[in-house]
Amino acid sequence: MKRKSLFVLATMLVVFFLCPSPASAHLNSTGMGPMYDGLLHFFLSPEDIVPVVALALLAGLRGPEYGRRALLLLPASWFVGCFLGTMFQWAASWPVAAISFLVFGGLVAADAQVSLRAMTVLAGLLGLVHGWMNGSGVPWSFSLIGAYAGLVAGVFVVVALVSAFVIKLRPPWARIAVRVAGSWIVATGLLLLGWAARRG
Amino acid sequence: MTSAPRHAHLRSVAVLVLATQFSQVAEAHIRKGEASGFLSGVRHPISGLDHVLAMIAVGLWGAQLGAPAIWVLPVAFPMVMALGGMMGLLGIPLPGTEYGIAASMILLGGVVLLELKPPLWVAALLVSFFAIFHGHAHGTELPPGQDGLLYSMGFVCATGCLHGIGVSIGLVHRWTWGQLFLRLSGGFISAMGMYFLWKALV
Repeated sequence: MKRKSLFVLATMLVVFFLCPSPASAHLNSTGMGPMYDGLLHFFLSPEDIVPVVALALLAGLRGPEYGRRALLLLPASWFVGCFLGTMFQWAASWPVAAISFLVFGGLVAADAQVSLRAMTVLAGLLGLVHGWMNGSGVPWSFSLIGAYAGLVAGVFVVVALVSAFVIKLRPPWARIAVRVAGSWIVATGLLLLGWAARRG
Repeated sequence: MTSAPRHAHLRSVAVLVLATQFSQVAEAHIRKGEASGFLSGVRHPISGLDHVLAMIAVGLWGAQLGAPAIWVLPVAFPMVMALGGMMGLLGIPLPGTEYGIAASMILLGGVVLLELKPPLWVAALLVSFFAIFHGHAHGTELPPGQDGLLYSMGFVCATGCLHGIGVSIGLVHRWTWGQLFLRLSGGFISAMGMYFLWKALV
């Protein structure tokens, strides 16, 4: 009796193992939901995150008013840019990331005394252009609203943390370290431009 | 437990431990080219002693010169080096790259040895001039199929960190023994430059 039940159990186990359903354990097939997909897309895209960090560094060097302006404007313009990109489905052929690295890294390295109005324009442009690039090539669906919300949440968090960190820096050497970081971003942009030109 | 099963158990554990020592890299969830791109970029500037010593010499000289050269030189070098790297990537030829790199070690080591203190613009110009050779060499040697952005980030970070090491070592300049140590280090770098020049010539 006992042997028979063991046999039945073993047979059931074998049948069970012969009919597996997909585990879907890997998140690149299932995703984490639109919101977190958007958030992760931003954090896993150095071509987006580095210019945002550069803008936040610049805002931090200039002061709290600039930080607040960047914090509000950049995510908003990014959000608009995403939808515009999805709507028009056109991606720029020039190396957007390299140009952003050069412009924003250069401004940080030079500790440029930009006006608040210039900061507004810069933040708006950065958000629109990079948002557009994120949105282009993505077909429209309602889940995109969540994905874009997650993406701009990432932008918001990075700007808030980085600019607040830099604003609090008091020692002169710390400001120099921020400018050195800007020069590294410029150098990366130059190399990126070379890579883009080599690829044609 | 009798001794035979215990031995069998030990044998299994030993085999298991041995097996873990021969494990291969999984690389299960890395987007192709990405992680290796960044690490290749980090490895590239530190893979050649000539590059490493020249970059450390820049940091040492900056520390000897003091502010603002202590940060102007390490800022100028990576930016101009990236420009040289871009030239290399675009296939723009630069004759005598190896000689230029060796000469950079001789001269940068020499100025550290002699503790020369020229005007800031002269120092920046000298450092930038040699940075082009280093960057060009890196640009032409870049491996195909790597992630360009991550490679570049790793490359620039490693270069900057080498300058940082040079500047950190150079902080001993405040002590008399430190000044002597720095000058000796400059002499060593210069001598190594002569060795690399000799190697490039023969």
